[in-house]
Amino acid sequence: MRSDPGDYELVAPLSLQAAVGLLARSPGEWLPIAGGTDVMVQYAAGKLPSRKLVSIWNLPELRNVEVLANEIRIGAGCTYTDIRKHELIGREFPMLARAASWTGGIANQNRGTIGGNIVNASPAADSLPTLLVYDAELILVSVRGERRLSYAGFHTDYKKTTLAPDELIRAICLPRRFSGYVCHARKVGSRNAQAISKVCIAALARVADRTVEEVRIALGSVAPIPIRLSQTEQVVTGKIIDESLLLSAKKTAIAEIRPIDDIRSTAKYRVAVAGNLVVEFLNLLNADAKKA
Amino acid sequence: MIDSLDARAKSEISLTVNGERKTVLALPMERLLDVLRQQLELTGAKEGCAEGECGSCSVLMEGTLVNSCLVPILQAQGANVVTIEGLAAGAQLHALQEAFLERGGAQCGICTPGMILAAFHLLSKKPGPTLEEIQEGLSGNLCRCTGYVQIFEAVVTAAHCRTSLSRGPNEI
Repeated sequence: MRSDPGDYELVAPLSLQAAVGLLARSPGEWLPIAGGTDVMVQYAAGKLPSRKLVSIWNLPELRNVEVLANEIRIGAGCTYTDIRKHELIGREFPMLARAASWTGGIANQNRGTIGGNIVNASPAADSLPTLLVYDAELILVSVRGERRLSYAGFHTDYKKTTLAPDELIRAICLPRRFSGYVCHARKVGSRNAQAISKVCIAALARVADRTVEEVRIALGSVAPIPIRLSQTEQVVTGKIIDESLLLSAKKTAIAEIRPIDDIRSTAKYRVAVAGNLVVEFLNLLNADAKKA
Repeated sequence: MIDSLDARAKSEISLTVNGERKTVLALPMERLLDVLRQQLELTGAKEGCAEGECGSCSVLMEGTLVNSCLVPILQAQGANVVTIEGLAAGAQLHALQEAFLERGGAQCGICTPGMILAAFHLLSKKPGPTLEEIQEGLSGNLCRCTGYVQIFEAVVTAAHCRTSLSRGPNEI
C-alpha cells in the first residue's frame, strides 16, 4: 500500500549542527534521509515506520573527503559516485571503489551514501565487508559531541547498530596502511548492477616468502551482519599456501558463517560460494607470491 | 531551516525545469516524479518499479542522473532539473533521440526517456565511451523489449556525432 505524503513530515536543516539539534530535541522520533535510495523505497511500499524525516542530503559537513597523513576521513554523506571518482580512494582503497561501482546503477550511485549504507545495516551491502578489512573507524556526532569507535563492533545484530537515536555518522576513517597488500573483492549476484549480492567478499593480505604474514577476510550476506572470518584468518596466518591449507581454510570458513535462505539465494548455495571465494582469494595470493 | 509546520502543510518549492523557473506548492514528501508528471505535466519520466530498480523515472538533477521516484520534492528545492522533454530544441531532436530512432532503440517506449537521459549523462562524462562503459552507464535502466543491442548501438551512433551534443540540453 503506497504511502500518503500528507502523513509525513520532512524538514531540511541547512547545517549539520541544526540536524543533530533536531535529533536531540526528540531522540528516536526523526529518521534521517540522505539520498533516499533505501528510505524512499520503504516509503513507496508503505513500510516506513517513522512519520518525521530530516533531510541530511548534501550537507557540506558530510560531503567531503579529508586526506590526512595517516588516514582518510570520508564524509558519511559522500555518494558512491563521490567514492568512485576519488583518486586516492581508488589508489589506496580499491576494494571500496569497486564495491561502490557494484552498488545499484549509476542513478543510485549518484544518490546513495556510504553513511546511509552503514546505518541501513543490510548484511548484503557490498561496501561493508571492505570497511571491515580496511579497519574502518566511525566518527559519530550529536549535540553531546563526537565519539570515535571501531566499525567492527558497530553492527550488533540484523539491522541493529550502536548508533544512539540522537547521533549521525559524520565520517568513516580508513588508515592509510594497506597500499602494499594484495586485495581481492568480488560480488556474486544475478547481475552486476542493481541486483543485490548473494555473497560478497573483501579480503587483503601481506605475503612474504610465500608465507601469509597478515590476512583479513570479510564476507557479506552470510550472517545477520557483515562479518570478518577471524577463525579462517587464524588458520591461514603464518602458513604457506598449499592444497591442505586451502582445504582447511575452506572448512573453517564454512563453519564460521551462518547464511540463510531468502529471496536472493539459499543457505546451501551461499555456503558453497563462500568457501569457493575464500579458496579463490588464497589461490590469487599464491599466484601473486610466486610472481614476486 | 526549510520547514513544514505540520504534516499536511504544503511548501512552496522553486526549481528550474528544462531551463524554466517553476514554483510549485507541494507536500515535502511528494516525489519529484509525481510533481513533474502531475503538476508540471511533464509525463516523459515514467513510473516503473517505484523503488529505484528500473530507471524509467530517470531525470537529471544538478546535471546528475537520479531516479525521480526516490527524490522527495523538498530535496529538489532550488535544483536544476532536466527531463526528456528538455532535450530537443523545439522540433530539432537531440542527437541521442535521433540515434534511438535510427537504430530502433525504442519499442514500447517506457524505458526510453530514462535510457536517453542515462546515455546523455554518460556522454557528458565520457564523450567516447567503450561498449563496456555504455553497458555500465545504462545498467540501472531496464528494458523488457529490445534486448539492449539496439540501445547500445544508438548510444555509439550518438557518441560518433557528438558535435551536436555540446549544444544542450538547455545548456546545463
